[in-house]
Amino acid sequence: MYMDVNGHKTYAYTGGKDFNPAQRTVVLIHGVLCDHSVWALQSRYLANHGWNVLAIDLPGHCKSAGVPPATVQEATAFIQALLDTQGVKQAALVGHSFGSLIALQTAANMGERISHLAMVGTAYPMKVSQALLDASLNEPEKALHMTNVFSRATLAPPSGAGSWVFGASLALGRRVLASNKQVNVFHTGFNACNNYDQGLQAMAAVTCPVLMVLGEADQMTLPKNALPLIAQAKESGVSLQVVTISHGHHQMTESPDETLNALKRFLIGV
Amino acid sequence: MTGYADPHFDTLALHAGSQPDPATGARAVPIHLTTSYVFESTDQAAALFNLESAGHVYSRISNPTTAVFEQRIAALEGGIGAIATASGQAALHLSIATLMGAGSHIVSSSALYGGSHNLLHYTLRRFGIETTFVKPGDIEAWRSAIRPNTKLLFGESVGNPGLDVLDIPTISQIAHDNGVPLLVDATLSTPYLIKPLSLGADLVYHSATKFLSGHGTVIGGVVVDSGSFDWEASGKFPELSEPYEGFHNMVFTEESTVGAFLLRARREGLRDFGACLSPHSAWLILQGMETLPLRMERHLANTEKVVAFLAAHPMVSRVGHPLMPDHPSHALAQKLLKGGARGAGSVFSFDIKGSRMQGRAFIEALKIFSHLANVGDSKSLVIHPASTTHFRMSDQALAQAGIGAGTIRLSVGLEDADDLIDDLKRALKAAEKTADKAA
Repeated sequence: MYMDVNGHKTYAYTGGKDFNPAQRTVVLIHGVLCDHSVWALQSRYLANHGWNVLAIDLPGHCKSAGVPPATVQEATAFIQALLDTQGVKQAALVGHSFGSLIALQTAANMGERISHLAMVGTAYPMKVSQALLDASLNEPEKALHMTNVFSRATLAPPSGAGSWVFGASLALGRRVLASNKQVNVFHTGFNACNNYDQGLQAMAAVTCPVLMVLGEADQMTLPKNALPLIAQAKESGVSLQVVTISHGHHQMTESPDETLNALKRFLIGV
Repeated sequence: MTGYADPHFDTLALHAGSQPDPATGARAVPIHLTTSYVFESTDQAAALFNLESAGHVYSRISNPTTAVFEQRIAALEGGIGAIATASGQAALHLSIATLMGAGSHIVSSSALYGGSHNLLHYTLRRFGIETTFVKPGDIEAWRSAIRPNTKLLFGESVGNPGLDVLDIPTISQIAHDNGVPLLVDATLSTPYLIKPLSLGADLVYHSATKFLSGHGTVIGGVVVDSGSFDWEASGKFPELSEPYEGFHNMVFTEESTVGAFLLRARREGLRDFGACLSPHSAWLILQGMETLPLRMERHLANTEKVVAFLAAHPMVSRVGHPLMPDHPSHALAQKLLKGGARGAGSVFSFDIKGSRMQGRAFIEALKIFSHLANVGDSKSLVIHPASTTHFRMSDQALAQAGIGAGTIRLSVGLEDADDLIDDLKRALKAAEKTADKAA
């Protein structure tokens, strides 16, 4: 569905269901050089089980107009505006990678308006190597290849039907990059991750239950790099679940069922 | 980069899509000869039907063994995924039927396998889909043949049997300038020799019956999507960009930004047309693919020797392989194919000097080359296209496809090259003697 957020046409995949103000809402936030479609299977499950799903394209990405967020805080302001626009009083947030930082900061800012915070493939600080930052700006195809190599954990993802996750990620990255002729959303997104320095303060301010879904073989956001956030969440006393699944950084596509199961238990309790 | 996370072609040919079976530890890909799969619960059943979970329901739609083949060929081609079909012809039909209906138009190379020509020229016309055929090298003809209702450009990577090399970068640009995709039949080249998707093609398909399986034991096909064509931006494919009442009112381009074509092809095409691949056939093709790089190198090495022998033989008037400097595609083959012109493959034609009777004498004298209607076998094959694979085509269409009445097509196999040359030498002698008797 399309919405107007901050004067810009904004797209959110709803899992095939119309938005129903009477239902609970979950916002799914993608990572760098991705879009709503990385959440396809999880979106459809949640949409078919009583949730309004808003799997967004971030501003300036694919179907959404506007200026791509250059910082986590800018993206957070967008999520807040999105919820206000839709009249959502309370929502669950699920974010992957860059999206997990956006979800974290939004949960910190919005207090009780956020019912759940799920961070998939997360780390803090989410540092990006200078080589990858430079390549994302000057040699995006090379950087895209590197990113996908670091993200992949298996040559045999259990797709069910003939999908080659590595190729699909490359194709999606190229499509997202080409969707914005003005701004290199690859470099902008990586910079936003690299520069974000409010993670621990944000986690300290979170009041809702927190889930972290980590990839055992994740080379982009190493599981050990989530430990500072885990420690902060424990110190804050929020309800915390940490689920480690066997694959890499492509959690939603390399391990779709394991990722969904973690979200189901967290959001629905099944 | 290199290694497991970023493997090369030869490693992907052996490992892409498969891992030791988690249930039994079997290292080889198990053959899942089952029609259907027990649901863990009613919730799981619903999740599979609603595309919330990534499992299997019914083997017409997907199967674990077939999925390994689909992932492997997608990896080798540089695509996002693939759909295996009952044959190469089924892959071509599935591609077309997913993208268009009555009132649509295709622009196709005229240098095609006879079966593809039949489908486009005769059968699809009955269903309201018209095709304009153009010579693959006539770039202006491709442009001028495009109509407002054109939905697809189509050609073979190297045309059967003249080995006209398709200028994929140029033809794909023409396609994209007009908002339509380019589909390439890469059966004769395989991804070992050319990767059409990396050159600009949007979809590629194979008759896996040929070099992919490689042993003449199985019929199968597969179509691979690059994920690069923007169906929504084109505005010409409501089949993919508007709600489909036949499947949850799904808008395939919203559901999957890069996988809309494969999604509809599987959820509608396999479901309704039903031309799925048997898992046993998928397994046989996988066995062949494991040795694809090794086999292709031997095919090419043998072909180089056979071409050199034929080119020097007094009974041969023409050798139609891009290895020959006077072949119309010599320069393009050097540019686009792995290893240059030798990468045009091991299926080619040549003309015997003399009568049709001499041609028959040649074929009947062969002992190692088998006279049959197939290519891409590990064993060497021979056929007379004008009386077999292309017999439905008019003389004019034959000429347009580069086939003469005396043209012989060879598929050079993996035998010792000296033995193949000896076989050809004796058969050419037999043809020569036939001329002497006639005189």
